[in-house]
Amino acid sequence: MTEMSGKPSNRPISPHLSGGGGLLHYVWGPHMLVSILHRIAGDGMALVGMPLLVWWLYSISAGAESYEYFLSWFDFYYLGYVVLVGLTFAFFEHLFSGLRHFVMDAGAGYELKTNKMWSILVPFLAVIVTAAIWLSVAFQNL
Amino acid sequence: MGSGTNIGRVRGLGSAQEGAHHWIVQRVTAIANMLLVLWLIFSLMRLPNYEHELMVEWLSSPLVAVPMMLMLVSIFWHLRLGLQVLIEDYIPDHGMKFALITLLNFFAVGGAALGIFSVAKIAFTGVAA
Repeated sequence: MTEMSGKPSNRPISPHLSGGGGLLHYVWGPHMLVSILHRIAGDGMALVGMPLLVWWLYSISAGAESYEYFLSWFDFYYLGYVVLVGLTFAFFEHLFSGLRHFVMDAGAGYELKTNKMWSILVPFLAVIVTAAIWLSVAFQNL
Repeated sequence: MGSGTNIGRVRGLGSAQEGAHHWIVQRVTAIANMLLVLWLIFSLMRLPNYEHELMVEWLSSPLVAVPMMLMLVSIFWHLRLGLQVLIEDYIPDHGMKFALITLLNFFAVGGAALGIFSVAKIAFTGVAA
């Protein structure tokens, strides 16, 4: 950034993110990952999950033939399972991340080590619960 | 925060004149979503199969139809608030922001209405196979 005189300014720019040459003044950490994952998971559920849920309910209400058509997409190269496993992970990621936000809303959990620990635990727990649910479904169907 | 008078500070409505309403409703619907979606997941897991006949019978029960309708209201309300913030964060152009939030309102209200009507139809009329 240059001033009117053409000399380079060393005044900080806002937001002060770039160190020049594509370098950033911050390093990616788990708290940033869990923050953007919260948004991706929420928006994914909103834009994929909810149309799917409403389609499911609508197809049941429209009759057996309509519901069969819904299920045929479900079986299309395991597409339904891929989407449902993804949505399950998104739900628990968003849920645990949301619970973390509840604690932070109360003003707690900002200490660096505590914050880092819960930021790592949130996606980890989401993977564990998603795996537990789908393994139990798989065992029931054996 | 208000006009600087004590009562203005207590009301704390800010420039948008709605105070913490958005923030609080987002959290209330979040708790409702947690309870209702966990109910949905564990209810679905306990069903022996997902044939049309059973789905109709299952959704006809008041103890399924009512939480399902409540869940649709709570989730569509929550996602309307969340996606509004997403749009406000990433869309700087006022016209585009207005258009997308309008579209979002239609999506949220329309999706909830279609879902609730479908459940009501199943519950009240049953569905012939």
